[in-house]
Amino acid sequence: MAKRLDLKDVDIYYGDFHAVAGVNLSVAPRSVTSFIGPSGCGKSTVLRTLNRMHEEIPGARVDGEVLLDGEDIYDRGADAVAVRRTIGMVFQRPNPFPTMSIRDNVVAGLKLAGVRDKKKLDEVCEASLRGANLWKEVSGRLDKPGGGLSGGQQQRLCIARAIAVAPDVLLMDEPCSALDPISTLAIEDLIADLKKDYTIVIVTHNMQQAARVSDQTAFFNLEATGKPGKLVEIDDTEKIFSNPKEQATEDYISGRFG
Amino acid sequence: MTERTTEQAPSRSSQDETSAAGSATIDTVTAPDPARERSQGSPIRGRGERIFRGLTSGSGLLVVAAVAAIGLFLLVQAVPSLLANNANFFTSPVFDTRDAANLNFGIRDLLVVTLLSSLFALLIAMPVAMGIALFLTQYTPRRISRPFAYIIDLLAAVPSIIYGLWGIAVLAPALLPIAEWLQGNLGWFFLFAPGNLPVLTGTIFTGGVVLAVMILPIITAVTREVFSQTPRFHIEAAQALGATRWEVIRMAVLPYGRSGYIAGSMLGLGRALGETIAVLIVIRAATTPSNFSLFDGGYTFASLIASAASEFSQPLPTGAYIAAGLVLFVLTFVVNAIARVVAGGKVNG
Ligand SMILES: Nc1ncnc2c1ncn2[C@@H]1O[C@H](COP(=O)(O)OP(=O)(O)OP(=O)(O)O)[C@@H](O)[C@H]1O
Ligand SMILES: [Mg+2]
Repeated sequence: MAKRLDLKDVDIYYGDFHAVAGVNLSVAPRSVTSFIGPSGCGKSTVLRTLNRMHEEIPGARVDGEVLLDGEDIYDRGADAVAVRRTIGMVFQRPNPFPTMSIRDNVVAGLKLAGVRDKKKLDEVCEASLRGANLWKEVSGRLDKPGGGLSGGQQQRLCIARAIAVAPDVLLMDEPCSALDPISTLAIEDLIADLKKDYTIVIVTHNMQQAARVSDQTAFFNLEATGKPGKLVEIDDTEKIFSNPKEQATEDYISGRFG
Repeated sequence: MTERTTEQAPSRSSQDETSAAGSATIDTVTAPDPARERSQGSPIRGRGERIFRGLTSGSGLLVVAAVAAIGLFLLVQAVPSLLANNANFFTSPVFDTRDAANLNFGIRDLLVVTLLSSLFALLIAMPVAMGIALFLTQYTPRRISRPFAYIIDLLAAVPSIIYGLWGIAVLAPALLPIAEWLQGNLGWFFLFAPGNLPVLTGTIFTGGVVLAVMILPIITAVTREVFSQTPRFHIEAAQALGATRWEVIRMAVLPYGRSGYIAGSMLGLGRALGETIAVLIVIRAATTPSNFSLFDGGYTFASLIASAASEFSQPLPTGAYIAAGLVLFVLTFVVNAIARVVAGGKVNG
């Protein structure tokens, strides 16, 4: 079930380093939001706070509220492990479990959730691989290790793995940065497809990609090194790319940055 | 730029086969031309590389040669004694070399005691080492795990003789109740059946526990190292799926570290097989053949040889011990080969 996300006054720290300050934004269910901005401005950091991966780094912490359909995922009673089971993540570098078979990779999350029924697992495996546009390529070798696929296939395998658990939200951190144009297009098509069922947030350095896949775009910026990154503006993608409110956004998307 | 590189490529590859004199001529040819100043470094670097390669392959060969020489030495010394042996070398449980004219020696019991004590030690040490390594790398912050790891490493620095004394004076009596319980309740199983000693201390059981403590540091150190090198992105893959800490270990850390863990364990096994003085002190000598029980006594290859070392004067009896040493030597090779097969090639990346 797709859910909405609201961030309220989110501040993110790495130990003493204030990495991102005062983020307020909302993501509607069944929509794609892209994060753009220069390197080091905190896009990945914000993304990783959305499924509580951020706190795995020693000394890292988050202030403010991250609401998933109104419920704070940082609430005292909320469990990080449970949060991650409902908010899936795809990383920049494809990271299938290399020795696990393709099938086991896809259903790894389901197994963690305690699903043991073989028939159910096989069904979900096929559906997820089809969903990730990978079924045709791997249906004959589901028992082969996931590490034996090409980079683009591995990334789609990771997407299949993420959607197999039917998450409420799907986070993607530069999912295409290691891929060739054809795999990139395949994944963009996939995102457009997945939008029907999921709430998606994607970080990208590729402006065209942001323009192609997303409904709304958030531009993050860094005033100076050592200063925290900030959300400059967030708006409909069309607006951001045609008529942004802020000069910094205009400069960035037109390549006049820095 | 391109011209230079194409020009160098053949000259460098030909250098590989030519002698040092050959590369010296290339040096003098290139050096005078100032326009080629940048390419001048290349033959020198080429020579450096060649020297380095010579050194590395040379030292590699040296090690192989040394191992072969040791094997050959053992073999040459052992053959006359083996020919003069009146007992079956592989099946006889006695090792009697008092009369040089009537040698009766076999390695059956040496092999049994060596393997039983070492494998038992491994059986104890492997899970403990795994537990410690996981605890240090996955469950504790660096600030705490550092000193803890240091203490484990310190165990490796304790001399064998100290382990021997501790084993017989402290550990043996402490293990007695456990040994009694095992024999009382599981005595029907051959490993826990009554052995060839009148008491339950100073047995293979005691020796195995001592050996386990002795090989723990090396196994732990290797395992800790490979576990701590588990790539972040494997761990994050599991975490992002909502894996608990233990599930992260199962999905990411263990598959990655498995072969290193096995390799470390085999290093430990190698050390246990060859451990001498602690075993000599802890495990009592027996007068009757081994019953394949953990409560047997007797000698391992190493402890037998050490116990007789002061009497190595006549060549034939000495050769008998050298034959035993040769078997130990081969045994360690076999262990290594098995380890390689079990570890199944390399760490996944
Ligand atoms: N593990 C960490 N420990 C300390 N500081 C970190 C850590 N990860 C990131 N940072 C810092 O946080 C800031 C934001 O980093 P982040 O990775 O979120 O940037 P980004 O916008 O994703 O950049 P890129 O586009 O290059 O991926 C940077 O200044 C970075 O140095
Ligand atoms: Mg990033």
